[in-house]
Amino acid sequence: MSGGPGAAAAGTRARAVPLTGALLIAVLGLPAMRDALERVMVVHMLVQIPLLALAGALVAVALPRTWKSRIAAWNAHGVSGMLLALLASSWWMVPRALDLALAFPLMELTKFVSLPLLVGAPVALSWPRVGGIGRSFIVANVLPMWAVVGWLYIAAPVRVCNFYLVGQQVAAGAGLLGASVALAIGAGALAFLPVSPRMAVSAD
Amino acid sequence: MREAWLRTAVASLVVCAAGGALLWRGTDGFRALTSEQARRRAIARAPRVLPPVALEDQDGRPFTLGAYRGRPLVVDFVYTQCQSICPLLSEEFRRLDRAEQRSGGRTAERLQLVSITFDPRDTPGRLREYASHYRADGRAWRFARVRDTRDLAPLLQAFGIVVIPDAGGGFQHNAAVHVLDAEGRLARVLDPDAPPEAVARAAAASSSSN
Repeated sequence: MSGGPGAAAAGTRARAVPLTGALLIAVLGLPAMRDALERVMVVHMLVQIPLLALAGALVAVALPRTWKSRIAAWNAHGVSGMLLALLASSWWMVPRALDLALAFPLMELTKFVSLPLLVGAPVALSWPRVGGIGRSFIVANVLPMWAVVGWLYIAAPVRVCNFYLVGQQVAAGAGLLGASVALAIGAGALAFLPVSPRMAVSAD
Repeated sequence: MREAWLRTAVASLVVCAAGGALLWRGTDGFRALTSEQARRRAIARAPRVLPPVALEDQDGRPFTLGAYRGRPLVVDFVYTQCQSICPLLSEEFRRLDRAEQRSGGRTAERLQLVSITFDPRDTPGRLREYASHYRADGRAWRFARVRDTRDLAPLLQAFGIVVIPDAGGGFQHNAAVHVLDAEGRLARVLDPDAPPEAVARAAAASSSSN
């Protein structure tokens, strides 16, 4: 027997993370929760969709080591995984996708499967393997894309989603724009701020 | 290491091909990013059969859209208390109506206009007032509502109209000019501000095609 209290706590933590992910998907799937989060466009886009991806990431980090190494064999430097996540997430930025999810239960189910499986999980398994230049490239492409989509939602002369009011569309655009600016500032701070000695030690 | 890169390249190619194909399909070749664009393209590709819904006009006269078969017909959806897009649509119909009056074509070729309300508060009396404001004569241009409110949802669904209530007690909805063909099917969808000549041309072409 190895371990002790520390190992037991780590084991509990290791089990808690995927359980939290699974629980998150289950809670988000409750009809009342879906109704509440999908009623407002900005909440649909900036709360429900990211939470579904996060749930997938939480489940993926706890995958058995053998699974992770099998996936890694096809995912050198996280390239294929990040490509998958970028392509899958770009679909859910398309206004038609939001309308389809609200109109057809099958598309809603697709959303609940694709975001954890094709966005959250690949990011969790790939991002740690992406090098510094690759990360900068991804951030430099994704954030401007969000900002452009946000701006288009604000400036569009027509309603882009049949199921949302014009005011909600503008709020969603502002939210996307704001999120991209906030994340850009965060990424810049991480890139340029000096690393504290404690963080440097823990990184070793 | 080299083998891992090779496998990654294969996986990336598969992801790009499958993802690209799905995105292409989901957006009609990147030409339909919104439901409204997708609706218009789908209707242009395959005209839609409409349900035989009983309507009544502003004078309480019953009729169906099927009665217009073989004649050029355009339809829009409005409600009389609308302050946003409906006045624009009604103004477009007024321009169309005037252009037809001026051209003085044969009766059988005269463009017919029907404006249908989806607001249950719109009574024939209210429609009559609204029609009089836009100088609709009640013959070539009629304002109508469904006789049985249970028919409204299937009618809106067939046309692809989504109506959602707004905070001010009104509605927001997708607005367009709908052209029906000779068989009474929904054949074309045009912008609310399409030039009258373009609408008349599309309606004439649709009504004479099979």
